[in-house]
Amino acid sequence: MTSTAGTLTVSVNGEPRQVTAGLTLDQLVATLTTAPSGVAAALNEDVVPRSRWATTPLGEGDRVEVLTAVQGG
Amino acid sequence: MADDPLTIGDTAFTSRLIMGTGGAPSLEVLERALLASGTELTTVAMRRLDPSVSGSVLSVLDSHGIRVLPNTAGCYTAGEAVLTARLAREALGTDWVKLEVIADERTLLPDPVELLDAAETLVDDGFTVLPYTNDDPVLARKLEDVGCAAIMPLGSPIGSGLGIRNPHNFQLITERAGVPVILDAGAGTASDAALAMELGCAAVMLASAVTRAQEPVLMAEGMRHAVEAGRLAFRAGRIPRRHFAEASSPAEGVAALDPERPAFG
Repeated sequence: MTSTAGTLTVSVNGEPRQVTAGLTLDQLVATLTTAPSGVAAALNEDVVPRSRWATTPLGEGDRVEVLTAVQGG
Repeated sequence: MADDPLTIGDTAFTSRLIMGTGGAPSLEVLERALLASGTELTTVAMRRLDPSVSGSVLSVLDSHGIRVLPNTAGCYTAGEAVLTARLAREALGTDWVKLEVIADERTLLPDPVELLDAAETLVDDGFTVLPYTNDDPVLARKLEDVGCAAIMPLGSPIGSGLGIRNPHNFQLITERAGVPVILDAGAGTASDAALAMELGCAAVMLASAVTRAQEPVLMAEGMRHAVEAGRLAFRAGRIPRRHFAEASSPAEGVAALDPERPAFG
């Protein structure tokens, strides 16, 4: 996927996605869930605490994983 | 039981049955089974958020005050497991983790080298680590040495229902361990859970045996009783096994009767 002007391409849970340049991690997670807790995010294999989502802008090619608890074990 | 708590790390539990949540036919059945089991500690897995899924296992656990124990199921390396544990800590606000690092999809057996590596890293990072491990007394000792809060040997492969394949190894592990030993994986029915407790396990962890039973709620209740019965038997101390019979009625005072002339009617 090629990024057009003003957008960039990131990977969200393994799927490529075009987002507006300057989009922060909290804005991205808000497009997936409104849950106030129970969710964690990793940016390029590093955990980003929820308290820092709003100040974490996404960059071209970033890999974002957004996880939650499911039935298991 | 209240007079015989299970203590893991700094937390005491009344129930000695740790439940998993995988494999249940519905969230509603799972909820009823968890309540029937009496569990106070229950595992969840960490997976990519799917916006189309409604209903959450977390809300079920929350509403009944059951403590959540995230696992690292599906991780094949220490690196994956450590990152998953850190994500779980962030998402769920707990530094407890049931550490699973598997080697092989066919058997789901733990990879001992990666497991020990991940356990050491997570303990250093402040986690309370409960590792799913092989029934290997040496590995169990090493996991304890690096600071794990419990040892969770498998009785047989996950979901196999084959019970405890090597009871002697379990005994070797429980006799020596300074932390709770918890049967993890392999229980198929109530007698497997009771046997684990009789062998000195501090608790039993199971999922499939309940969630995939024909009547999960009934099996959950059965498992609760089995764990309690096995624990009581262990505390009571079983009688030694003997080669020949030992009469329980007195040998003295038997009436002198004529064996040749029974007086029928």
